[in-house]
Amino acid sequence: MGYFEMSKLALKWALTKPPTTRYPFEPRQPIAGSRGQIVFTKDNCVYCTVCAKKCPTGALVVNRAEKKWVIDRLRCINCGYCAEICPKKSLTMVEGHGSPAVTRDREFH
Amino acid sequence: MARTVIPFGPQHPVLPEPIHLDLVVEDEKVVQALPSIGFIHRGLEKLAETKDYIDFVYVAERICGICSFIHGQTYCQAIETIMNIPVPPRALYLRTVWGEFSRIHSHLLWLGLMADGMGFENLFMHSWRVREKVLNIIEATTGGRVIFGSCKVGGVRRDINADTIKTILKDLDEIEKDLQGITKVFLNDRSVKARLCGIGVLSKQEAWDLGCVGPTLRGSGVAQDMRDQGYAAFKDIPVEPVTRTEGDCYARCAVRCEELFRSVNIIRQAFAKIPEGEIAVKVTGNPTGETITRTEQPRGEVVYHLKANGTKNLQRFRVRTPTFANLPAMLKVLPGCDLADVPMIVLTIDPCISCTER
Amino acid sequence: MSQEQIELITIDALLEKVRAKKSQGCRLVQISATQLPGQIELTYSFDLNSQLSNLRLSLPGEEPHLPSISSIYLCAILYENEIHDLFGVQVAGIAIDFKGKFYKTAIKFPFASAKIPCASSAAAPAAGAAACAINPDATPK
Ligand code: SF4
Ligand code: SF4
Repeated sequence: MGYFEMSKLALKWALTKPPTTRYPFEPRQPIAGSRGQIVFTKDNCVYCTVCAKKCPTGALVVNRAEKKWVIDRLRCINCGYCAEICPKKSLTMVEGHGSPAVTRDREFH
Repeated sequence: MARTVIPFGPQHPVLPEPIHLDLVVEDEKVVQALPSIGFIHRGLEKLAETKDYIDFVYVAERICGICSFIHGQTYCQAIETIMNIPVPPRALYLRTVWGEFSRIHSHLLWLGLMADGMGFENLFMHSWRVREKVLNIIEATTGGRVIFGSCKVGGVRRDINADTIKTILKDLDEIEKDLQGITKVFLNDRSVKARLCGIGVLSKQEAWDLGCVGPTLRGSGVAQDMRDQGYAAFKDIPVEPVTRTEGDCYARCAVRCEELFRSVNIIRQAFAKIPEGEIAVKVTGNPTGETITRTEQPRGEVVYHLKANGTKNLQRFRVRTPTFANLPAMLKVLPGCDLADVPMIVLTIDPCISCTER
Repeated sequence: MSQEQIELITIDALLEKVRAKKSQGCRLVQISATQLPGQIELTYSFDLNSQLSNLRLSLPGEEPHLPSISSIYLCAILYENEIHDLFGVQVAGIAIDFKGKFYKTAIKFPFASAKIPCASSAAAPAAGAAACAINPDATPK
């Protein structure tokens, strides 16, 4: 049975720089390779509706006649399938997280 | 002695998840424990009947936030068995690697909660500090921290290139050193031992009869680990189940500590043997048939029963999660223990209620 | 799954077969129910030396009844309560009977019908709610 097993570990970390960041003051650095979030570029889109068909959660709605592209961010799971499938490369995954939301608003483009 | 009923949970400081126990106590001794769950039944099994079977892997991953990857993997394996899809070997190796990373992060999470439950805050912080390094590797390779989203029917969605493997191996050495530091405290420290040894004893026969799985079963001396059935890359990487014979809370904790190092070794072996090649095959058609697939999750054996009838929706999707099988053990060992030991006993089966109820 | 792993039995033979499994030293892995047209199919899975074996029986869709095996395998209580709460199968003699209070579902026996239950109230269970809302109003404003 060991006494003071923790003290070595505790002492070592009392003397080193904390591994945590002071979050709200120091933003978290996004990790390369993280899926991040979906960004839509309006210019290339041809409203082919492929992305909406492929989306597993139904977060995307595309209306070809009215040329509307709509995303429900709270439903999107950032799987990236829409970005993979888009023939015009008008969807991309970018690093970092979106801002938190309190209401379920859909984004219209 | 008059009996008192003390309600425990569903909101309780040591329980991250909603389970309610009615503890019948005599003085400080528990004489009977009646559980009730069912606060968060989501009906995910029914959802399989309306969702495309290819897309459903995302739902399977969300059954549990901690074993998420292995849920997705088991689901894919089950579909692949029904449809006879030859999964490329590289994909199988990558699944194995991610599965083991998720085991390490789950065990570290549990060790942290355990330390927190017994009031050892410092140790809790250190467990989670190490876990954070594992999560960073997971995020860099799969894109997600706990919901990996990298498994799909027919293979995996991302590859890990040779340079990344080198950096991961270097990080693993560091993680292993950290693990040695914290497991030494868990296994030897006097206050930890005083809190865990001889508490919640489950004999080998009882554990087997009550249908326990995973570390709960192995902590009681039964050497059963579904990984030695050779799914994914485990046909090339032998796994020796970690067992202890005491069957108490300490044994279950020690099994998990040892499994951390085994998982690190499995990842090293997998990276050493990983073959080159494709990471996914194209899947066409709809499944017809039935299968029962079992894999080993951090908490124990998970059972997927899938029945498909040739449409794009499954006819039946049924999951028996490890906690579901471990709950009877908890009911068995609670009577006779001290009221103060109840949180420890509940924690050592690593209860995950949201996946129990699905 | 190959057929030889599944043994088809009748409801009268259930207890006897389960007792035989117990005396062989099997572990009860799971009991699962499947709603098929006009019947409920039950699968009892057992494990011995990591080998799976299954017993299968069919119950009629109307007023299904089942004897409990919890006197043989205590851990069957959870599975049997689950089958009662989700599929509406009456299980006689469960060692700990929650009497329909095991899962707190908004709809009684949600898995018992082929169609997705869709409660209109805000208390709809997630499956129903998600299934109902998979295609939200499709025309963007
Ligand atoms: S797939 Fe690409 S081009 Fe087609 S509608 Fe979607 S964003 Fe536009
Ligand atoms: S990232 Fe996935 S969930 Fe989100 S909009 Fe694209 S396909 Fe849909």
